[in-house]
Amino acid sequence: MEILNYTEEHNRFRERLREFCETEIMPHVDQWEADHIVPKAIWQKMGRGGFLCPTLTGEYGAIGGDFIHSLIVCEELSRTLQTGLAAGLHSDVVVPYIESFGSDEQKRKYLPGCVSGDIVTAVAMTEPGAGSDVAGMETTAVEDGDEVVINGSKTFISNGVICDLVVLAAKDPAVENKHQAVSLYLVEDGTPGFKKGTQLEKMGWHSQDTAELFFTNCRIPKSNRLGDKGSGFFMLMGKLQQERLVCSMGGVVAAERILEYTMEHCKTTRVCGKPLSKSQAIQFALVEMATEAKLGRTFMEKLVADHMAGENVIVETSMAKYWTTDLANRMANRAIDLVGEFGALEACPLSRALRDARVMAIFAGTNEIMKGIAAKFMGL
Amino acid sequence: MTELNRSQKQIRKAASDFARGEFDKDRSLDMESANEFPEDIWKKAADLGFVGVHFPEDFSGGGMGILDACLISEAFCRKDSSIGTALALSASGAECLVRFGDAAVKDAFLPRIAEGEIRCGYGFFESGCGADLSGVETTAVKNDDYWIINGAKSHVANGGVAGVYVVLCRTDSEASPEKGLSLFVVEGDREGIDVRSSGRKLGANMVASADLTFSNVRIPVANLLGKEGKGLAQAEAFFEEAGILIAAQCLGTAAGAFDRALTYVKEREQFNRKLAAFEITRQKIAEMAIQVEQARLITYEAARRFDAGKAMDNLGTMARITAARTAVAVADEAIQLFGGYGYMKESEVERLYRDAKVAGLTLGGTTRLKNRIADSVIGKLK
Repeated sequence: MEILNYTEEHNRFRERLREFCETEIMPHVDQWEADHIVPKAIWQKMGRGGFLCPTLTGEYGAIGGDFIHSLIVCEELSRTLQTGLAAGLHSDVVVPYIESFGSDEQKRKYLPGCVSGDIVTAVAMTEPGAGSDVAGMETTAVEDGDEVVINGSKTFISNGVICDLVVLAAKDPAVENKHQAVSLYLVEDGTPGFKKGTQLEKMGWHSQDTAELFFTNCRIPKSNRLGDKGSGFFMLMGKLQQERLVCSMGGVVAAERILEYTMEHCKTTRVCGKPLSKSQAIQFALVEMATEAKLGRTFMEKLVADHMAGENVIVETSMAKYWTTDLANRMANRAIDLVGEFGALEACPLSRALRDARVMAIFAGTNEIMKGIAAKFMGL
Repeated sequence: MTELNRSQKQIRKAASDFARGEFDKDRSLDMESANEFPEDIWKKAADLGFVGVHFPEDFSGGGMGILDACLISEAFCRKDSSIGTALALSASGAECLVRFGDAAVKDAFLPRIAEGEIRCGYGFFESGCGADLSGVETTAVKNDDYWIINGAKSHVANGGVAGVYVVLCRTDSEASPEKGLSLFVVEGDREGIDVRSSGRKLGANMVASADLTFSNVRIPVANLLGKEGKGLAQAEAFFEEAGILIAAQCLGTAAGAFDRALTYVKEREQFNRKLAAFEITRQKIAEMAIQVEQARLITYEAARRFDAGKAMDNLGTMARITAARTAVAVADEAIQLFGGYGYMKESEVERLYRDAKVAGLTLGGTTRLKNRIADSVIGKLK
């Protein structure tokens, strides 16, 4: 019995997307990896195809789907072996802030562009001095008449170069309680005083334009604040369940892709006349890996179902985020050991898979933070 | 007995000083990205005697032991795993010349390797038989005063840039692998060697890697290493020695990751506390320290046993497995402790992790090495 109810419509959506990935994405991936960024046009093509923000309504030009559509996007994009076109981050992590907390005016202004791919979004929370400790942020937002003046810098921002719109967390220095000091703001690319840094050199995610963002007396209209003043932390916390779930989806599908490749390699590579997969040591390793992938898939799908039913599964999604992202790392490591020296060549997809997987245990709250949250909610 | 004697301590200090003075982080990041061999550093290291320290003195070597070579590799890789690996592997396979070559072969190649004139590489594995050397299909056929080599070798370190290769060939198609394989030295500029670069790798990118194809490559009879038909035993003996040397590189990589993580957690503050004040960080640091020390103990002990000429009982292989595993685990944890910075090339720990992972695939990989240990400890079944 399936945990998730995939409909005919879902299946058609998947087929359309798979074809899109094969024709519009796959042929360009190596170039994007070398460029350290994807072209803006691919975001627009994704949008025109109906693959961005699939859960938004037709009012904004979206397909009006559900979270299973989001999972399908995650699954199909994982086949492309690139991370630059971070559709999940845009559609399921950043845009929901605008959808949930934006005014009607903000939604009308920005959401159609988010759906069409004309507006690529980024979320800017992390700072050089405030990684896991989000409340330790130092970027300030000070109201001045009808404007807000922003000063500070953010780092490790995915889509940092390509983004047209940033959901920025900044604090009012006049408010002492640091949890009540934070507000979220919408900052458009091109606003005077907002400068993007160059792409950071990373272990993996080479097609992803991760960058620093700098704000120097950057003035935005007060109407660009998202929700009530001082409610930034509340808004961030409210969206963490979905963010962690998106990470778990990424972890599981990455593990599945690695397993898929490794199974195929071991079945088709003959050593001394015998397929690798006939070695008992390799068989047992693959069985263990497949078992773990299934455990991850089952856990993740159950959480997707619960999330779609509106249940509070913040503890479980924290557990799933740490376990599934560790799983992706573990899987990549074991896979390369099974494949041997060829597995360590960039010509083999496992090498990129290992480099790309490693950050998942760090971003969106390190796995240590996840365990800390779970411990707290478990009453420990 | 982990205490080093005076001379060993001096060597370790000299190597650390050299690495501190000559290995530049920014340059290293550039060289690694460009898959560039640190040519000038290699020459300097060779001038100062850091290359071939375990070669006999008569052939420009240091006349010292494997433990001394290990101390140098450990110190180099601790400062920079990519440069350290490149320098250590500049003499990759040269131990076969030291142990099995006659005076003429040694004289022809060892001084040039030790002096930083040429690099060495070894071609044992093939795509057809993977890590199983008994399936070697490259042939060497004797023809008057020449051997003629035909076949292909995969993943040869320094492939395409080495001045000399050690190549395992089948010399008797009828005999069992124990009697039908032989080792040869093949000069890199012999006609008929075709090089296909493996391209960029996950790690160890300052060392070129390539598949070599030999088409009617003619070498003089004098290029046979040791006795004809002893190739498999020689290769296995070499793996035991090379295992210790690779273990030392991994040990250095692990120690380097540990050093960087330790410095970071004592400086970095989150939630108004140093990372090192959190219990979970302390547990991780303790675990890393345990792993590094385990790797050091087994590596030094294997080196000492080798230098004393005692039976190895697979200790070199065990050291290679233990230290490579340690390097991957410790570097992985270092990345995690660094958080987002750990994923940036700037932090270096991500590179240590990649270099460690590649080191763990050497000598045919851990599964093959464990099968070898099993063969040895279980013995023939009745």
